[in-house]
Amino acid sequence: MLGHVFKKPQKGSIFYESLFKEIEELGLKSLGIVAFISFFVGGVVAIQTAINVDNPMIPKYLIGFATKRSIILEFAPTFMSVILAGKVGSYISSSIGTMRVTEQIDALEIMGVNALNYLVLPKIFASVLFFPFIVLLGMFLGIFGGWAAGYATGLFTSDDYIIGIREDFQPHLIRYSLIKTMVFAFVIATIPSFYGYYVKGGSLEVGKASTQAVVWTSVVIIILNYFLTQMMIG
Amino acid sequence: MIEVTNIFKSFDDNQVLKGVSATFEKGDTSMIIGSSGSGKTVFLKCLLGLFIPDEGDICYDGRHYSKMTTDEKINLRKEIGMVFQSGALFDSSTIEDNIMFPLKMFTKQSKEEMLERVNFVLARVNLKNVNKKFPGELSGGMQKRVAIARAIVMNPKYLFCDEPNSGLDPNTAIVIDNLIQEITDEYQMITIINSHDMNSVMEIGEKIIFLKDGLKAWEGSYKTIFKTDNKAVTDFVYSSDMFKKVREIYNKLD
Repeated sequence: MLGHVFKKPQKGSIFYESLFKEIEELGLKSLGIVAFISFFVGGVVAIQTAINVDNPMIPKYLIGFATKRSIILEFAPTFMSVILAGKVGSYISSSIGTMRVTEQIDALEIMGVNALNYLVLPKIFASVLFFPFIVLLGMFLGIFGGWAAGYATGLFTSDDYIIGIREDFQPHLIRYSLIKTMVFAFVIATIPSFYGYYVKGGSLEVGKASTQAVVWTSVVIIILNYFLTQMMIG
Repeated sequence: MIEVTNIFKSFDDNQVLKGVSATFEKGDTSMIIGSSGSGKTVFLKCLLGLFIPDEGDICYDGRHYSKMTTDEKINLRKEIGMVFQSGALFDSSTIEDNIMFPLKMFTKQSKEEMLERVNFVLARVNLKNVNKKFPGELSGGMQKRVAIARAIVMNPKYLFCDEPNSGLDPNTAIVIDNLIQEITDEYQMITIINSHDMNSVMEIGEKIIFLKDGLKAWEGSYKTIFKTDNKAVTDFVYSSDMFKKVREIYNKLD
């Protein structure tokens, strides 16, 4: 499948048109849910940390530090990718699957269009290029959500939190996180495309393929997360 | 001319085509008929290049499909128009974008030229003011017309139709049949229609190939189908009371 996907697009202008459409569908339309979840999960992480390190021996700035690290290292790249696997993965597999069962893919092939390249390559490029920005936004809003939770609950002060998020800042962790995101983005675009493209039957099978695609994409993300973490910072 | 020579096609242990040969001439509307499971869809998909026959050859105006390179096969497909049973229109695109798609993909025409061509083919299938509508907003008959318009927009040499009347009322079905035949005459295409609709057979079946159990059981035209003694054909044709009566009238006339 990937051999056909990674061929030169038959027409550059159509590829770029599809790419921007996919950036809108897969990326921009995911911003709302990402922002919402990031903000509140960031808040919850900060509250949980504050409650669990409620010890006079432990400095309060560790709440901000722990929230920042949790969000940058795992929550933003991995948790967000699993959420995107659900939202974007089901969209990809059901849209391609519907095109398959309604003969739209056959129509493309009969016209002489490389359907895999035309349908899947823009999705891969859109995901790999745009998801890192989504994750960066998730990081920012998650950390901001932690600060807002402290402000709202009074569990820690704003100054302590800001000292914590500035403490031991390591840029390579952001790089690690974004590389992970790009690998996950590739998985999110390809596994659901595979399930959608090769579906047989009708709408029920498209639904089943969509579910399987989300499950397997999530499993592969979690497994890859383990190996990437061990390889890059283990 | 399309020449099909002794093609076989199997799926696992199920042999669907068991050596079918046929020729299809320019300007003719040919019909492939047969009951469900007779192999007509597989035969059509072999002609379209969607299935590769296990044995035998298909020759498009002297070009042997089995000897073509991938680029030659892609170029051949640009000469093919296809009307699917479901229409297979891109449901997230407007009618204009649906028809313009092959032009955008394979030509270097300007937007104005493409639009002119889209409007021309839409007018040819008697559709007006539908450019900005989506397929879901049109009736079944109108969707079939759009599918025909998309199929002919690149001036194909070969037009294939898979049950073009499926799901249409009898009046609309006749309109679509006549439209296909007119376009075939006008553009001197080779048109091959896969159908089990006897009304279509009677309307436009200049050449009819009857498939049964993966074999060509009979070949003729709408003029000869009612006179044949071929049992497989008579069983198929006279499965309805209406056609039994038509046969009686034919026999009386003779």
